[in-house]
Amino acid sequence: MNIVVCMKRVPDTAAKIRVSSNGKTIDESGIEYVINPYDEYAIEEALRIKEKSGGEVIILTLDSSDAQPVVRNALAMGADRAVLLKCAAKPVDSLATAQALAAGLKELNADIILMGKQAVDYDNLQVGPMVGQLLGIPCVSVITKLEIADGKAVARRQIEGGEEVVETTLPAIFTAQKGLNEPRYASLKGIMAAKKKSLVEKDAQSAEECIEVLKMEIPPARKGGRIVGQGIDAVPELVKLLQFEAKVL
Amino acid sequence: MMANILVFAEQRDGKFKKSAYEVIGAAKNIASQIGGQVVALVVGSGIEGIAGELAGYGADKIVVADNEVLKLYSTAGYSAAVVEAVKKNDAGCVLMPASFMGKDLAPAVAAALGTASATDAIGIEVADGAVVATRPVYGGKSLVKVKSKKAPFIVTLRPNVFPVPQKDESKSAAIEKIDAHISADSIKAKVKEVVAGAAGKLDLTEASIIVAGGRGMKGPEGFKVLEELADAIGGVVGASRSAVDAGWISQADQVGQTGKVVSPTLYIACGISGAIQHLAGMSSSKCIVAINKDPEAPIFQIADFGIVGDLFEVVPALKAEIKKAVGG
Ligand SMILES: Cc1cc2nc3c(=O)[nH]c(=O)nc-3n(C[C@H](O)[C@H](O)[C@H](O)COP(=O)(O)OP(=O)(O)OC[C@H]3O[C@@H](n4cnc5c(N)ncnc54)[C@H](O)[C@@H]3O)c2cc1C
Repeated sequence: MNIVVCMKRVPDTAAKIRVSSNGKTIDESGIEYVINPYDEYAIEEALRIKEKSGGEVIILTLDSSDAQPVVRNALAMGADRAVLLKCAAKPVDSLATAQALAAGLKELNADIILMGKQAVDYDNLQVGPMVGQLLGIPCVSVITKLEIADGKAVARRQIEGGEEVVETTLPAIFTAQKGLNEPRYASLKGIMAAKKKSLVEKDAQSAEECIEVLKMEIPPARKGGRIVGQGIDAVPELVKLLQFEAKVL
Repeated sequence: MMANILVFAEQRDGKFKKSAYEVIGAAKNIASQIGGQVVALVVGSGIEGIAGELAGYGADKIVVADNEVLKLYSTAGYSAAVVEAVKKNDAGCVLMPASFMGKDLAPAVAAALGTASATDAIGIEVADGAVVATRPVYGGKSLVKVKSKKAPFIVTLRPNVFPVPQKDESKSAAIEKIDAHISADSIKAKVKEVVAGAAGKLDLTEASIIVAGGRGMKGPEGFKVLEELADAIGGVVGASRSAVDAGWISQADQVGQTGKVVSPTLYIACGISGAIQHLAGMSSSKCIVAINKDPEAPIFQIADFGIVGDLFEVVPALKAEIKKAVGG
């Protein structure tokens, strides 16, 4: 079983975001990068499939600058090797990202492609279904359970008020939602082993971006901080405010 | 003559989602600025009967792709229908709800047409003759305004953010059938079963009132107190990640960066500190109330109204007071 995990390096979720002087991107100075949280679920699932059915887990990432340290963390979790597609500037556009990844994936002959349901930088939620469309293979998005047997997969995907049980042929793409599994931590042994694992850099196939960012800004802060009072004595006043001022009751 | 705006009017089990009407309203607003018609597309099986209803919400024309194969959602089947409708209707912009269905469908359609898609927009406007979408990025810590260099621009709109248009029963619209040219065999990923969560419970993403609990609930028992408040005010219970990871409540109820993004009218956060990753999921709520015993909890900085106190005393009192006030 050839399992490829598409992984992205993203700012730590607790990072403070500032807009850079061009007004269109974030100021990257001082930002710490981590594995996209949803991709951790994808990596964990890939490792579990390998542990059960054998095969190889390959990390595929698209980046403009040095993604190696973060990719090594994925190798330390237990992935076998990594391919880093180098691009001139990290695309903002999901389609351009999907096109570059699809080109990279064609060479890797995957039976199963896993990725996070979204990267928590641009929060686009689009790359999985786009790659599926480009490669002409099914994509099941936002999954919370995956079972592989007899060359087929059965996945559960989240929908409003429940789940869909989806059966698909392989090869297929699955995008991971929290709840799919509990990602493992890299062990010290894993970290040592990762240093020796293969990490190949290649030029990414360049793709034209169709999204144009006009402006990035920090949203106005909510005017919060109005403490109505302490304990149950404040309850009648709160209900009045909700009823007559906010008009939400 | 400007290109038209195609709206994917999501239905499940022969019923339109509220977000389908919200999207038609947004499309109407755009069309009034750049011209063109609002064309509503309904995809499914046996849905011709309900399609006409969309005229009342502002659809100038209605297109249906009605086929047994499209009874349940599939990316392949539904995207084929949307692509066909785009081609037949000179669509310059395609709007969909940012529901689980819309968020799966929009990118597949965009890739098939080689065009741009912007997901989970909280604003949409016309600037210099182009459709511009505003969407939160970096977990809502920043906003971007984006447009597409190619047509059609595909945009999904966050549910509960755009108003439902007033229905005008007197309106009618022509209904046209299209063929998605899709066979059962060409759908490789098929829905075998739809498993309903807690029966009849409204999803967090669609709820207009959410009562959410965090680590301060102390255990699964604590959530009963919240259920009672939610029942009294027609709300749904949500949770922070701490409560979910502790196993007190299901993953489907998690609000936040790794949970659901919600935009209710009222969000009552009980025993939730207000970590940045939690705010990522709920800060576009219209009114936020926080109940926390720690006056320094960051949640108070974004809450419209706060009560400092023990939630196990405050929440039942709040339930009683609301019942008294609104006669629930
Ligand atoms: C990658 C990543 C993703 C994450 N995604 C999410 C996410 O999607 N959603 C999410 O919520 N978190 C998420 N988190 C976790 C987040 O950082 C916080 O740990 C979490 O939100 C804290 O939950 P909490 O507020 O319930 O608990 P705490 O921070 O422990 O807060 C509990 C609060 O309850 C109050 N309290 C206790 N007892 C009472 C009482 N009797 N009456 C009143 N108040 C009381 C306390 O004063 C405190 O403020 C994520 C973290 C990471 C790193």
